[in-house]
Amino acid sequence: MTEVPVSIPDALRPGLAARAGAPRRSGALRQLWLVASLDVGESLRARWFAVYAALFGGIVAMLFVFGLTESRILGFMGLSRLLVTYIQLCMAILPIFVLVTTVRSVAGDREAGVFEYLLSLPVGLGAWFWGRMFGRFLVVYLPVLFAMGAAAGWATYSGIEVPWALFGLYAALLAALSACFLGLAMGISAVARTVDVAQGAAFALWLVLILFLDLILLGVMIQEHVPAETVVSLALANPLQVFRTAALMLFDPDLVLLGPAAFVIFDAFGKTGFLIYSLAYPTLLGLAAAALGYWRFRRGDLP
Amino acid sequence: MIRAEQLTKSFGRARVLDQLDLAVASGERIALVGANGAGKTTLIRCLLGEYTYQGKVSVAGCEPRAERTDVLRRIGFVPQLPPPLRMPVGRLLDFAATVCGGATEPMEEVSRRLGLDPHAVWKQPFAKLSGGQKQKLLIAIALGRTCELLVMDEPAANLDPQARRVFFELLAERQGSATMLISSHRVDEVAQLVSRVIELDQGKVVLDDRVDGAAALDTVLRCRIELSRASDAASAALRNWGLVPVNGGLRFTGTIAGPDRLRFLGALARYSGLLRELVLEEPRDEEDPS
Repeated sequence: MTEVPVSIPDALRPGLAARAGAPRRSGALRQLWLVASLDVGESLRARWFAVYAALFGGIVAMLFVFGLTESRILGFMGLSRLLVTYIQLCMAILPIFVLVTTVRSVAGDREAGVFEYLLSLPVGLGAWFWGRMFGRFLVVYLPVLFAMGAAAGWATYSGIEVPWALFGLYAALLAALSACFLGLAMGISAVARTVDVAQGAAFALWLVLILFLDLILLGVMIQEHVPAETVVSLALANPLQVFRTAALMLFDPDLVLLGPAAFVIFDAFGKTGFLIYSLAYPTLLGLAAAALGYWRFRRGDLP
Repeated sequence: MIRAEQLTKSFGRARVLDQLDLAVASGERIALVGANGAGKTTLIRCLLGEYTYQGKVSVAGCEPRAERTDVLRRIGFVPQLPPPLRMPVGRLLDFAATVCGGATEPMEEVSRRLGLDPHAVWKQPFAKLSGGQKQKLLIAIALGRTCELLVMDEPAANLDPQARRVFFELLAERQGSATMLISSHRVDEVAQLVSRVIELDQGKVVLDDRVDGAAALDTVLRCRIELSRASDAASAALRNWGLVPVNGGLRFTGTIAGPDRLRFLGALARYSGLLRELVLEEPRDEEDPS
């Protein structure tokens, strides 16, 4: 049997054409992808990413160890219980992790002189900003998804029923949540000039959103007879509340766990309507915040 | 090549560049000097399109902020402080070459000439390299691509004498094809490299002078030194400058890069009590300096 030599065109091998000495053209899309892959590489080498990936992997492993897959509490069967617990933990951890690590990384790079040097190369500002956001989205979302995927894979292997519809919904909700807080973090990073200010603003934002969750401040507001429209508007404006409501409403159609505002919201939107809203609103909010950040970034001093 | 009219840049109430006017023709070699806070880095960042400003600035007829990428394609930049990049050296070279529309090979070649084989550190994080290695790579990225303007902020500060000599040769090769703007807080560090000195103070040009008798960048001086007695410290310093001992270690011979002559004499100053003989001579045209 003779081996047939296979030649791969240089254009399909990243970096090879450059090393071979052939000049290359660098379009905006290529630059965006380059910056994204650069950011992914930098994140993979950063300590925060190791902690982040270990955390979500650890959560899934821990949930398996504690046997949540087989729990029949509240009627959950198969992997559902694990996924519900996982998504609740994600809601607690992912936003603050994404906010703090992103603002530290972006504002930190600016302070440390990374912007001064890399932006002295002819890379477009759009490719730089959106490339970083896209790269970071992959870095924050994929570990969360992989951890969930690993749980589903292990469940399939162990003969445990996997609720694929729920899996899909949670994957989409987590993508929306990641995009939302990533966009907010990029917006904050563009406006704040120092790491300390950016970190403080990110933490304050997270705290406000936590306080305006249905079961905490909204509950108090209802007790104090704040108009229902105000309460519902606040709940709808809070991406954490939207995420929480969407994540739990499939299991708690009466929403006894979620609080009164969620009940009104669910009643007004309906199941499908609210699911669409819960995916679209956080994503659009994140993109709007990032777009505002980009506008500010383009207009201001870069380093 | 560079034109600035009434260029003003403020940070809050602090005016760092104050209605600065400047014109630099193609092919000029400029030393941009001044004390810390004089506005050198701010001016450079305005030229690189990194800062917004009031007034007018153009580089090769393009406005740095509005036509940023067009301007940056023409500029090779070496920062004073290397950025703390975690990416591997190979990745940095590849990124720089790609966005500049060039290839890594010329950058690798420049790096090798400066004494750093990039393939030996290809997978090492840039931030883990020594100060000198980082500087060599940044110079290689700036000089290993086609550009019309070289902007360098204290470019040779971290280089050893051998690498400095190669660096001067590399600049000499670019003479005529590239305008050079070399920033330093000390004029004696760069005076031998340039044809014109511009001094900034409080955001204004306070001195704009031509350098008479500027040495050619690729000049090499023959050097001969004799010590009155043996000294390990002096010997080590002379060896570091590439001089080799002859006749039992009291005599040293070698060559010194012409633009480095002042720096070399500065390094010798601490051993002046040991110097019996010091000869620095420029070889005649037909002579080989070595």
